[in-house]
Amino acid sequence: MRKWLVEPDFLVERDPDRCIQCQVCVRQCANDVHEYDPDEELVTSDSSTCVGCHRCATLCPTGAVAIRRAPLEFRPHGNWTAETLRNIYKQAETGGMLLSGMGSDRRMGVTWDRMLLNASQVTNPSIDPLREPMELLTHLGRKPERVEFREGAPGGLATRLEPQLELQLPVMFSAMSYGSISYSASLALARAARETGTFANSGEGGLHEDFRRFAGNMIVQVASGRFGVDVDYLNNCAALEIKIGQGAKPGIGGHLPGEKVDAAISATRMIPRGTDALSPAPHHDIYSIEDLRQLIFALKEATAYTKPVAVKIAAVHNVSAIASGSVRAGADIVVIDGYRGGTGAAPTMIRDNVGIPIEFALAAVDSRLREEGIRHQASLVAAGGIRSSADVVKAVALGADAVYIGTAALVAMGCHLCQKCYTGKCNWGIATQDPYLTKRLNPNIATRRLVNLLRAWALEIKEMMGGMGINAIESLRGNREHLRGVGLTDRELGILRIKAAGE
Amino acid sequence: MNAVTSQVPSDGIREGTAEGILFWGLSGGERTVKHHKPVSDRKDISGCAIAGILSESGRRFGGETITRAIRNMHDRSNGLGGGFAAYGIYPDHADRYALHVMYDGPEAVRAGEAFIRLHCEIHDDEPIPIRPLEKIRSRPNLHRYFVSVLDQALARHYELTEDDIIVHMVMRINAVIDGTFVFSSGRNMGVFKGVGFPEDIAEFFRLEEYEAYLWTAHGRFPTNTTGWWGGAHPFGLLDWSVVHNGEISSYGINRRYLMNAGYPCSLQTDTEVITYLFDLLVRKHRLPLEAACMALAPPFWSQIERMPEEQRKTARAIRIVYGGALLNGPFSVLAARSDGMIGFNDRIKLRPMVAARKDDMLYIASEEAAIRTVCSDPETLWHAEGGVPIVGRLRPKEKDVA
Repeated sequence: MRKWLVEPDFLVERDPDRCIQCQVCVRQCANDVHEYDPDEELVTSDSSTCVGCHRCATLCPTGAVAIRRAPLEFRPHGNWTAETLRNIYKQAETGGMLLSGMGSDRRMGVTWDRMLLNASQVTNPSIDPLREPMELLTHLGRKPERVEFREGAPGGLATRLEPQLELQLPVMFSAMSYGSISYSASLALARAARETGTFANSGEGGLHEDFRRFAGNMIVQVASGRFGVDVDYLNNCAALEIKIGQGAKPGIGGHLPGEKVDAAISATRMIPRGTDALSPAPHHDIYSIEDLRQLIFALKEATAYTKPVAVKIAAVHNVSAIASGSVRAGADIVVIDGYRGGTGAAPTMIRDNVGIPIEFALAAVDSRLREEGIRHQASLVAAGGIRSSADVVKAVALGADAVYIGTAALVAMGCHLCQKCYTGKCNWGIATQDPYLTKRLNPNIATRRLVNLLRAWALEIKEMMGGMGINAIESLRGNREHLRGVGLTDRELGILRIKAAGE
Repeated sequence: MNAVTSQVPSDGIREGTAEGILFWGLSGGERTVKHHKPVSDRKDISGCAIAGILSESGRRFGGETITRAIRNMHDRSNGLGGGFAAYGIYPDHADRYALHVMYDGPEAVRAGEAFIRLHCEIHDDEPIPIRPLEKIRSRPNLHRYFVSVLDQALARHYELTEDDIIVHMVMRINAVIDGTFVFSSGRNMGVFKGVGFPEDIAEFFRLEEYEAYLWTAHGRFPTNTTGWWGGAHPFGLLDWSVVHNGEISSYGINRRYLMNAGYPCSLQTDTEVITYLFDLLVRKHRLPLEAACMALAPPFWSQIERMPEEQRKTARAIRIVYGGALLNGPFSVLAARSDGMIGFNDRIKLRPMVAARKDDMLYIASEEAAIRTVCSDPETLWHAEGGVPIVGRLRPKEKDVA
């Protein structure tokens, strides 16, 4: 193997006293780190291709394998960090763009962690969710300003509500296409959504024939590549989502390499087998807000106005104006995907340097829509770096109707965040189409783990709400009185419109 | 205009107007008491006693009954706020808006009156009669006006009704004119309130001299002591008056919801928010009273699921559309209007509310004892259920008689 200037990221250590030469690690590693020499009857490891996914260490029956950060350290330098040097070596070697998977790993500071929640004391009793009802039921979709009653009408109700998505808890699985993730992973997401009363999102990869039975819990995407979009697709879902942008890579398109386009993916995406699936950067029929309106209403016409239409945008600098325009263009749900949002593949420089964090984007959009008096016209979904139930509660308090989780769902299924999704060699069987690897992900187990995660989060959300003296999620939504900032500048507090701790 | 100190009115005093009144205040080294709106952005938190008495036939009776009821619950308040609302008290000016105003000083009077005159014709005005009382030491200047909206104002704001103009005017005065606070603005009704125990406030305002068919009362137990007269309850807007015991944990979103609907919530109090919600839902959105209550304290989804079809549709629509109006947290609320009063609790009944009926009378109070003090043998007496409104309606025919 040719030696290059990039030193390994990880060091694979094998304890010879523990290793029983069973070769589990050899079979489990798609990156060919481990090798068995039959003559020597010995398993050896080459650290240079290790991605740090922990598959071998996790499955090693004797605990003989340990993965450490490579001990080779550059001389410390404030500007020229090890990462910077490695990136330059890689590019000098290959002449290509740097690629990454998952959301940005930069230490930008997570503002969720700079916000703290309230709880009741004395003047207001906290509510025990184990004894009292605690309601998380959430409706996404356009709402009228008021409910009208009419004399003589049955029940007196004159208002007819527009179609609403009904969520048992304000958490949905965000767009992950079949293609970027495996069949089993897609299946587990859809099943878990159905079991927990929420929604999974097809991503831009079309909807596999087998998943149409989950239509009632699926949101299907219409993205710039229009893969898999036909009238049948549009009508086999609970809601439609026009994907304008993605937090991990605002402003650019996508690329599924032809090697991944096997027979099933070819059929689902409606493209020839083996061809690259290229999503253009813009929709080539949307060059302006009025074009977006046309597409929104084309989709509404195609579905006879029975399904809400969402517009997903990346959180960029003037996100509030874009969100406002999208609402006025007819979007029933606006999804804002923040800077830390995940992806299967993104140019590293784009992922790490473009967009703004979801906390600020969400606060700005919610405030803007309220100032314009159009907040009720669309629901807001926050995405991009939601890690825990506390993040969900804080997002709802800032103004989100619901959140999308992507990375957290993948982690629940076993992902170890090695950030190599784009290689197609996911040892956990999630972000790969290699049948040898995908069969590792048991959809039944993955479903159970996803359901468990949402169940656990729901319990925690209820507990936090009860502590605040709130027993319906709508009383938390946009209720920034229950947030206080710590270590934030006045300016940041002003944008978030929350008070500082102690105020 | 800031603190109230002893001031002698300056020049330009007109006979019979509020400017002719001497301004009182604490003097001589004592803490200066402010009557203007607190600038603090902190939320006002308080516990309370509430009571309401309605004669559904419209028979008017004096203020001593409600005073007895609220006095019985003395320990539920701490002397930092008490107040009353009375309906039917101004039969001679029944078609005029009665504005009750607190002023800090002469500049406030000039600014306030000038603003009122921009929109209204003042048909009559006078100081609100008071009785000198040892216990009530510091107080603002209290004045009342009987006004109607000017035709020019209606023409200028052709998109607004008379009620709208009064609402806008009152809110504008309370938000921007320093030292001026309109605390009552309905027709043929009035709010009387201040810093003190409610029974003392009643004595101070000589409430036994008024006759009303509907009285509500409030004794306040604030946990932060702003000691501000305007911050006492009831909170009034047009002929709405609200007394309330509780803390609204949904305040943050209720306030934002209302601000988007054009109600600047300047007082940081739950009661203000509840009053505006009633005004928005009932007057502007024309929801039936029961539907409005359902929006504020809706049934649980599990209950909605079990409702008959039509009812379920209505409840679902109300919950989905009025999520921002849902009042969460512990409360008991008494909202009154010229045509009756409505009492209701939060959905899981975290604050007390008892009701009783006898003949044409409906009594609602925080405690049963308060009711039995003024009605020893009620025909029915019950504890309000969580989220289920108790409605008392003035019988339409007899309203004229009143």
